[in-house]
Amino acid sequence: MANPALPRPDMPGPQPVEGTRVTSTAARRSGSLLQGSGGEVPDRIFRSVMTACGLAVLGVLVLIVYELVSGSGLSWHAFGFKFFAGSEWDPVNEHFGALPFIYGTLVSSLVALVIAVPLSVGVAVFTTEMCPRALRAPLSFFVELLAAIPSVIYGLWAMFVLVPLLSGHIQPFLAKTLGWTGLFEGPPYGIGMLAAGIILAIMIVPIISSITREVLSVVPQNQREGVLALGATRWEMIRLGVLRNARAGIVGGIILGLGRALGETMAVTMVIGNSPQISRSLFAPGYTLASVLANEFSEATGDVYRSSLIEIGLALFFVTIIVNALAQLLVWTVTRGQPARGNA
Amino acid sequence: MPELARSVSGKPAVQAISWRRRITDRVMTGVAVLTVVIVLVPLFAIFGYLLYRGLGSIDWAFLTQTPKPVGEVGGGMANAIAGSALILGIASIFGVPFGIGAGIYLAEFGRNRLGRVVRFTADVLNGVPSIVIGIVAFEIVVIYQKHFSALAGGVALAIMMVPTICRTTEEMLLLVPQALREAAYGLGIPRWRTTLSITLRTATSGIITGVMLAFARVAGETAPLLFTAFGNTFWSLRYDQPTAALPLQIYVYANSPYEDWHRQAWAGSLVLIILIVTAVAAVRYAVRRGSFGTA
Repeated sequence: MANPALPRPDMPGPQPVEGTRVTSTAARRSGSLLQGSGGEVPDRIFRSVMTACGLAVLGVLVLIVYELVSGSGLSWHAFGFKFFAGSEWDPVNEHFGALPFIYGTLVSSLVALVIAVPLSVGVAVFTTEMCPRALRAPLSFFVELLAAIPSVIYGLWAMFVLVPLLSGHIQPFLAKTLGWTGLFEGPPYGIGMLAAGIILAIMIVPIISSITREVLSVVPQNQREGVLALGATRWEMIRLGVLRNARAGIVGGIILGLGRALGETMAVTMVIGNSPQISRSLFAPGYTLASVLANEFSEATGDVYRSSLIEIGLALFFVTIIVNALAQLLVWTVTRGQPARGNA
Repeated sequence: MPELARSVSGKPAVQAISWRRRITDRVMTGVAVLTVVIVLVPLFAIFGYLLYRGLGSIDWAFLTQTPKPVGEVGGGMANAIAGSALILGIASIFGVPFGIGAGIYLAEFGRNRLGRVVRFTADVLNGVPSIVIGIVAFEIVVIYQKHFSALAGGVALAIMMVPTICRTTEEMLLLVPQALREAAYGLGIPRWRTTLSITLRTATSGIITGVMLAFARVAGETAPLLFTAFGNTFWSLRYDQPTAALPLQIYVYANSPYEDWHRQAWAGSLVLIILIVTAVAAVRYAVRRGSFGTA
């Protein structure tokens, strides 16, 4: 990933702009002689059109914020902060509280992280540090292929393969061995928080592992050689020389995965059970912010109902933005200033 | 690294590696291999099951007919495939020029504060959940038109395409050697001409890669279409009418209680994944063959 904030060796920051200012005046005179096209005016038009495109990106974000804020005004006036603390979701009496959705979103994402983080870090470590070079490209291709599968297909697979597997084998086993924790009790329907967490985990593994791989490959090669020279085994080299150096970036990747999990809609909606309740057991059905939008937005009658749903969208928007910005920052602190040379 | 220092001091390095550390090393290697296996199992399970259920279900009727009334066996998803093409076409018309334009801005004029703001915005936009973008498209198009439409779906997907295209375009343009631009200026070619005919031209294959990746990403999107394009069981190729889309149809059919609709959902998924994987694989192949393969 080229980091645009950095001065590029082949393109020092202010130089091209300054340089071209000078040349374009020269170009104006000779350009008209050579081919009759050119000059200051088209240049200025071109520049403003491109700047307009850039500003449009900014405009889209402003538009999103504006639409969400103005759309959720009604619900904000009606419920205020209690909206996020109330656990009642009653469209008939127009009483809305988002707590069960917030709970469901957090818990399903947490389950996903617990499963996905060790797996993704393991895969990244294997591909950068352990695997034979010939295997490296196909392996990362396969993991990236996971990222290319649409969410709705994950959902379909989860409904017809994962859920029966869970209810038939995995959940009874978990209830028997770990039931005492209270996390795995109740009837093993298959559908519920656990299924949502597992499918989310599968979906975020490619993100976390590709960022981790990127971060690990930035760790300088002599760091590895240094630790090996001290007599470390390969695992000690990875633990002390590589993982420790890349910690911040890996955390960044994990948070980026979290951001994706929080906003993921279709696959979760198809297996989480869609029932606004808060229960300790992961076998129980739940509901997330994104799934309630998917299920109810298009048939939301009544202004307060729709406005409440938009406020849920607003909450989801802000949470994911904060999470993503944090992740970007962490990844940058690691990759900044160090060209990737370890992956050679 | 206290434990390392202790074991190294005094003894020859080779003997310093105790059996315990050696076993830890082996075990951790095993664990890493295990994680790879665990991650690849769902991948192959999903593709395998998709092929197993999908291949048997794709037939001529599926590709050429519209859905039969609820509960009847047969019919197909032809209207959804066409609808998806329409929505993606609309999305590309809006998203691609803006994305490339913003990318040009960032690469050629964006070395300042505003450029940094735009760049950060694009990255932020990339992380906005697709369903939230659906809400916004609903607010700005559906409310205005007073009904669901392909246009609304296209706008939602276009918003999702822009950040990806913008950032890849920027990256690809920055890979074009500065000397090439200077050579053009030296020949007296004005800046806009240089950017369009020299820089952009040189980076074409990379930019196409970005566009295809963005396309593949939004092609499977369902959430933003739920309340914008909405879906339709009949033929409709009008931009201002509710329109069926392949991912939407898969979702509706998967949630239905009918066995035949489940079969068609699998078939639809296979068609969708073939489209997407073909696009991604073509892109990877093109990138490896293209002039930016070393990047």
